Amino acid sequence: MLHGEEIMEIIATRPETLTQTPFTYCPGCLHGVAHRLIAESVQELGLINKMTGVAPVGCSVFAYKFFNFDMAQAAHGRAPAVATGIKRARPDMHVFTYQGDGDLAAIGTAEIIHAANRGEHLSVFFVNNAIYGMTGGQMAPTSLPGMKTTTSPYGRNVDDIGYPIRVSELLATLIAPYYIERVSLLSPADIIKAKKAVLKALTYNKEGRGFTFVELISTCPTNWGIDPLKSREWAKENMIPFFKPGCFRDKGEGVE
Amino acid sequence: MKGNEAVAEAAIRSGCRLYFAYPITPQSELIEYMAKKMPTVNGTFLQAESEVAAINMVYGAAGAGKRVMTSSSSPGISLKMEGISYIAGAELPSVIVNVQRGGPGLGDIQPGQSDYFQATKGGGHGDYHLIVLAPSSVQEFADMASEAFDLADKYRNPVMILADGMLGQMMEPVEFKPARTDAEIEELGKQHHDWCICPNKDGAEKHHHEINSLEIDPSVLEAHVIKLYEKYAVIEKNETRYESYNIQDDNEILVVAWGTASRIVKSAINEMKAEGKSIGLVRPITCWPFPYEAVQAAIGKNVKKVYVFELNTGQMLDDVKIAVNGKVPVDFWGKVGGIVFTPAEVQDKLEACFTGRK
Repeated sequence: MLHGEEIMEIIATRPETLTQTPFTYCPGCLHGVAHRLIAESVQELGLINKMTGVAPVGCSVFAYKFFNFDMAQAAHGRAPAVATGIKRARPDMHVFTYQGDGDLAAIGTAEIIHAANRGEHLSVFFVNNAIYGMTGGQMAPTSLPGMKTTTSPYGRNVDDIGYPIRVSELLATLIAPYYIERVSLLSPADIIKAKKAVLKALTYNKEGRGFTFVELISTCPTNWGIDPLKSREWAKENMIPFFKPGCFRDKGEGVE
Repeated sequence: MKGNEAVAEAAIRSGCRLYFAYPITPQSELIEYMAKKMPTVNGTFLQAESEVAAINMVYGAAGAGKRVMTSSSSPGISLKMEGISYIAGAELPSVIVNVQRGGPGLGDIQPGQSDYFQATKGGGHGDYHLIVLAPSSVQEFADMASEAFDLADKYRNPVMILADGMLGQMMEPVEFKPARTDAEIEELGKQHHDWCICPNKDGAEKHHHEINSLEIDPSVLEAHVIKLYEKYAVIEKNETRYESYNIQDDNEILVVAWGTASRIVKSAINEMKAEGKSIGLVRPITCWPFPYEAVQAAIGKNVKKVYVFELNTGQMLDDVKIAVNGKVPVDFWGKVGGIVFTPAEVQDKLEACFTGRK
């Protein structure tokens, strides 16, 4: 037996803010990374006893089983409204939603825009992988021009169905939001940047600053039909030019 | 006071401090009253972007174990049905007021009773029931606010107050119950602390409560739905409410009517009583659970016919037929399109039963 206990330092453990329930995500999926960034941030901010998350409909529908604090599961697209109800009922608690692109940018368009416009004191984590994962790879409002999906088998025809929606830019036209940033999860360096954005959103949330929004560019190896590593390359080449990472609003840093 | 205002005031007095809704006629006075009053009691009034958002805000606030209400009128209630199904599935106490108007579609803005099926037979998807309270006066409309919250809390179930444009707009004197204090309201919320998103202050024991209606494992969902139906059976046993009016051994006709329609029927019954014609009335106060046994029991030896009057094309009629079970004929007459029948019209229909003319 190795006597590692004496010389080895534990530098990473499962955060207490995650339950022991194993993730149900496909191999290579980045939801697990996104979950972990949120869970670590909640833990670092000491919010485990004061945090509530709202899970969406989509691949991350079971997020309520994974975060180890109070969680609500919302109807498709309605997470910002549910979170509004929770926050208004319990202003002393901190609330976030976790939503995918179909949930937030299609069926839940009204709810996200109006929650942002009210400056609702929530954090929204928007995972954009340009496709519906759970239902089997249908076209999302963020699917790229020409992108083939099971409901755009000939490629997304922008003359017929329009262009992908850039949600961060759209929300940045509103006056109330406090913080809006787009990051990606495509490389270790990107993940470190994403962690900073998630932590910043939740810090502002803890401080009661207002509406905070982080868009996380992600992948879907299963429904894109590309292996996990190559799918990150595909996203870098195809998604990043359209969905450019950047900070669109940070009232704490004077970015208006 | 208008019914719309009375129910809002009574809700606040009973401890409701959160209200989310979207404007619609003929319930506008309700949302306006809440907008004015909630800030004065440190409550939350929020005009949502849609009825869909409003009911989901209710889901969130009810998940936090607080007394929360929304209101709307028929087309808006249709929009809320998705959320109502989730609220029933997740067993969240909450109160929904429907100030009904004529339908279908956009219909009109006059009183109607055409949402009976929607309220009592589902409305949203899945196997669930709302507790449905149907007032017939402004006083009763107001009293039902606190009753609705108490039932919602007791059974962890959404409760609908099924009023109509007549009751919402009509002015009558109202006596209110004393208002609950903030401390009493705080105490009320504690009954939900074993399951809700709740006080979890630093140092307190950490917990992981889930507000949820998703059960992906069929056997788990089956057990959940069976549990719901066991709860509904208890509600049917304990909470079925009705009013018996002029029920006598010599009744020749038994009328069943609810809400606004029942008021008009009462006038007709009184007129005819003076002529020596004996007509009884059973008025369901809970449309779900429906008072089947009361209707059955009210069919005395002399009752030749059961007559149902509604401001629709015959929706409660189905429940009455189930209760009567073929024992005597069941007749129906109603008005639609937001038109309210008069006592004289009802009397004319009832007179025909005695003279044999059509």
